[in-house]
Amino acid sequence: MNIALLLEMAAEAGADRVGLVCDGKRWTYGELLSAARGAFELIEQSGCSHVALLDESSEASVIALFGAALAGVPYCPLNYRLPDRDLGALLARLAPALIVGDEERALRLSGTVGSAVHTFYAREEFTQKVQETTPASGDREFDPGGDGVAVQLFTSGTTAAPKAAILRHSNLLSYILGTVEFASADEADAALVSVPPYHIAGISALMSSIYAQRRIVMLPAFQPEAWLTLAAKEQVTNAFVVPTMLSRIVEVMDAAHHPGLPSLRAVAYGGGKMPIELIQRALDLMPHAGFTNAYGLTETSSTVALLGPEDHRAAHGASDPALRARLGSVGKPLPTIELQIRDEEGHVLPAGVAGEIYVRGEQVSGEYKERSALDAEGWFPTRDAGYLDADGYLFLSGRADDVIVRGGENISPGEIEDVLLSDPAIADACAVAVPSAEWGEGIGIAVVARAGHSCPSEEALKDLIRARLRSSRVPDRVMVMKELPYNEMGKLLRREVKALFVA
Amino acid sequence: MKPGTRLKSAACDTEVMVIRAGTGTIECGGAPMAEAKPAQAAPLDTDFAGGTLMGKRYVDAANSFELLCVKPGKGSLAVDGVKLATKDAKPLPASD
Repeated sequence: MNIALLLEMAAEAGADRVGLVCDGKRWTYGELLSAARGAFELIEQSGCSHVALLDESSEASVIALFGAALAGVPYCPLNYRLPDRDLGALLARLAPALIVGDEERALRLSGTVGSAVHTFYAREEFTQKVQETTPASGDREFDPGGDGVAVQLFTSGTTAAPKAAILRHSNLLSYILGTVEFASADEADAALVSVPPYHIAGISALMSSIYAQRRIVMLPAFQPEAWLTLAAKEQVTNAFVVPTMLSRIVEVMDAAHHPGLPSLRAVAYGGGKMPIELIQRALDLMPHAGFTNAYGLTETSSTVALLGPEDHRAAHGASDPALRARLGSVGKPLPTIELQIRDEEGHVLPAGVAGEIYVRGEQVSGEYKERSALDAEGWFPTRDAGYLDADGYLFLSGRADDVIVRGGENISPGEIEDVLLSDPAIADACAVAVPSAEWGEGIGIAVVARAGHSCPSEEALKDLIRARLRSSRVPDRVMVMKELPYNEMGKLLRREVKALFVA
Repeated sequence: MKPGTRLKSAACDTEVMVIRAGTGTIECGGAPMAEAKPAQAAPLDTDFAGGTLMGKRYVDAANSFELLCVKPGKGSLAVDGVKLATKDAKPLPASD
């Protein structure tokens, strides 16, 4: 199996159809396939063991992804925002690599030894060269066969050195074939891709769109104004955003009395907790768009559960609180995915009870370069905590590692944060474990007051939680912050909040 | 038959990729499929001439075979003389 099949089929069915728009240049599926075959040749000649991308999204990320697949070499897009020291360590783990992108930085970080080992290409040079290069033989077999590694992504590594998550051709192909109908997009359809190339959603967006024959409109660096301008100019019909992106888009639309995007039919979001207030505002501002909440991880080849457009609209308009609460759900597992909630001993839990989320399916790799995290039956422990409601809708309650264990009782930060956020004076909130001599772990909360409001007193916040939850949920410590720390993908950095309580 | 194997029809232009295969002979247009095209094309059996559609997945009743059509043709796909059916999955909203 080989993911290059996706591009080959798109080119077979529509060689002259535009598949990618980036920086004003339009690429047909035929041109992309020919460039990927050129990249295959360059990769073979270099003798590299990995293809690394140190760059924002561009045509080079599409060509490198499929070129590496054809050559049977893992494609490893790197987070160019990492500090020099961390990035240098990752490059050393990929040697010998063919590196595309910021050539000057890659050379500097590789040191004298690495510079002799790696092969370097600036983006423009790579894009030019792959178009000029043709495979040595016309009847060459483009599928090396077997079940090799298509993509290797380094996880963010909040506690230790980053882990190298590997996704095999079979994982990614099974995800795409199971969720996307071939050539199902209309010729006018276009998907706006603004997720960085080193994020799993940035990779799956390329594969899904190409297989559906939906034109990819690439926005290399996200800016809300640029996103809105490009969406209007290219008559974009589909888009994927992380919550922070949506929040900034909504802000600009609100401030500028933006007329809306009539062509935009489908907005998918994921990659972090979406505030209910924000999704409700977005539903109002984009009444013609269907919203889809996608839940997935790098190790699962992207989406494993989703909340579709009908569920969004039904929940948005509902008066029944249980139905309204669905806006906070990530929906139901894909038909090709099995999902269970388990307790710490591994027992499967009934609906309504929170535990750790386990998933199983062909798209689930659960594999790192060093070891596989799958259990004997093929189940992957996601380390995400959550529960299923009576109708099978999945609700997330944070990372399993973030659970606060107070005197033997498991407390999910999410339940406390949801109560705090229901106070109109609170804009953002985070609950973490703090050391407690009495309980082992106690609860610390960090809150951000909404602009124009004064922050409620410590006593008022404790009373609010006591009134809505059990007394064991009342925080031991309260900290008022100007803003909470987030990474560039909009993930709340709890360990940083935790460190502030200890400092 | 290993998943990922590409098979060509002896009777038409159809090409498939094997997603899953049990025991039995995979046929198209009434003739066995193989990794290479035969020198002499096989005649298209009129009982197996319904045509294949690009991008469709074909399965047998027992679900032990699954083939992805990567190039369309005039023949019908079958295993040991029993026609395969297209696998119709409920379309999912785009999520990435």
